Amino acid sequence: MRSRRLTRWLFVAPALAYLLAFFGYPLVRNVVMSFQEFTPRTYFTGEAPFNGLDNWRRVFDNDLFGDALWQTILFTVGSLAGQFTLGLALAVFFSRRFRLSGFVRAILLLPWLVPMVVSAVVWRRIMDEDHGVLNSFLGTVGLSSDGVPWLSSPSVALLSAILVNIWIGIPFNMVILYGGLQEIPRELYEAAALDGASPWRTFRSVTLPLLRPVVTVVLVLGFMSTIKILDLILALTGGGPADSTQTLGTLTYQLSFLQLDFGQGAVVGNVLILISAVFAVLYLRVNRADLRAGK
Amino acid sequence: MSGTVTSGHRERGRERGRERGRARRAWNTAAALLILAVMLFPVYWMISTALQPHTSIASADLIPTSASFENFSHALDTQGGSLVTSLVVSLGAVAVCLALAAPAAYGLAHFGLRGGGAIVFSTLITQMVPGIVVANALYSAYAELGLVNSYLGLILADASLGLPFAIVLLRAFMVSIPTEVVEAAMVDGANRFTAFVRIVLPMSRNALITSGLFAFLFAWADFIFALTLNTTDDVRPVTLGIYQFIGAHVSDWGAVMATAVLSAIPAAILLVVAQKYIAAGIAGGSLK
Repeated sequence: MRSRRLTRWLFVAPALAYLLAFFGYPLVRNVVMSFQEFTPRTYFTGEAPFNGLDNWRRVFDNDLFGDALWQTILFTVGSLAGQFTLGLALAVFFSRRFRLSGFVRAILLLPWLVPMVVSAVVWRRIMDEDHGVLNSFLGTVGLSSDGVPWLSSPSVALLSAILVNIWIGIPFNMVILYGGLQEIPRELYEAAALDGASPWRTFRSVTLPLLRPVVTVVLVLGFMSTIKILDLILALTGGGPADSTQTLGTLTYQLSFLQLDFGQGAVVGNVLILISAVFAVLYLRVNRADLRAGK
Repeated sequence: MSGTVTSGHRERGRERGRERGRARRAWNTAAALLILAVMLFPVYWMISTALQPHTSIASADLIPTSASFENFSHALDTQGGSLVTSLVVSLGAVAVCLALAAPAAYGLAHFGLRGGGAIVFSTLITQMVPGIVVANALYSAYAELGLVNSYLGLILADASLGLPFAIVLLRAFMVSIPTEVVEAAMVDGANRFTAFVRIVLPMSRNALITSGLFAFLFAWADFIFALTLNTTDDVRPVTLGIYQFIGAHVSDWGAVMATAVLSAIPAAILLVVAQKYIAAGIAGGSLK
């Protein structure tokens, strides 16, 4: 009996050990590291003495932390709002029956499947102030003759990063929301049409309420993947100009891997996790509701 | 007489309606193609720039008038090794991912293990852990274990990107495999493990392909682990290669774009060849 239970656990044990090593251990280790002093010499001497709350104090005293936190919030909220609105609009549009609908929907996934660093590099060229195709297009159309400093002005760069991230996220939002739309029974639309409801009214009173569970899932998943973004910003702006696109993710990278102060990096990482944890609770609530509904 | 008139009217009306519907559908198709053109313009621009030689400083032309593969041969010279590295690392990550996820998913789906629910629950939670936080702690552990700058180290780290997804997806599928099928095999003398390999794995073929595909795409797109767990160029996947390409003073955008095109090829191939698996993965997982 005992050996049978052991055999059964052997199926699960390797994956469990892996998850503990690659998710559990880093979580715990980061908390410990945030109370240790790391210097560039640490990796030769192996010494990282405990230094109490020094790392936390230094991070919170650093103006860059506040800026990065605020920019992370702007980046996340802006990206989600854009991705979701445009993704939903496209999902509604593609729900109409017309030729090539399925084909176009499939090809639209490409931006989401290309590695994010690669997309960011391409956009970096497109948004170049002097040689980018975006500015030459705006010049030709007559919208802007001087050229917009997309990536070179501290007041525009964050907006540019948001625009690029919206572009990356639209396909994912569209596909999930499209799937949700197909689940809504057609009879409800027919009933609404018989009642003489306008398309906008139908959208508000039939589509949106029934789509709500899918909407929540999309937004929470989007939030969790957007708040930790690093690839996009490093390849697009490198956090600049003048730190105007630094986020908590890039700040963690900069502190740990460029300044080799893993203690302070761990502090920012912990803050990032704390924010995600709040939303994970929300996500799990949604998920549990879905499970109960038999999904 | 009057009857034929009305029916003629109705017919004409229906025809007009059908025509209007056809026109509207044609407009929709046109709008869809316009959306596609706008959304895929960056991809077009990437390919177009890559095909134009000597675009070092000046902007590329909208349409490549004199297309050449010069940039591609330059890209292959400098980044060819990185593409091979990416391929090796991604395939390795897929192998690790499936080897761990398949038995675990089966165990979680069928054995009614105590604490099984908690394991599924924590697998879902791992999705929220930022990669940079994992890298932060992993680096010092890797330094102690001698895994920095190694293929094994990067493969193991990249497997973490696809594993939770694979476990959840495979478990959801394996729940639907009837227990009797496996039990019948075990009556015939197979032990639990051979029954798993001979019966459960072949039955889960589609779910295995889907989770393997996503594990591949996630590992191929990985940048954070490649950036942080390597201090030399010994193990340099193409995402890191292209980043270093632009990090130095960019003098050759044509070659950068050619590298970008090459690194986007797996995604493009999979989109064409494995469309149904990708759709299934997004719908079934909804995780990333």
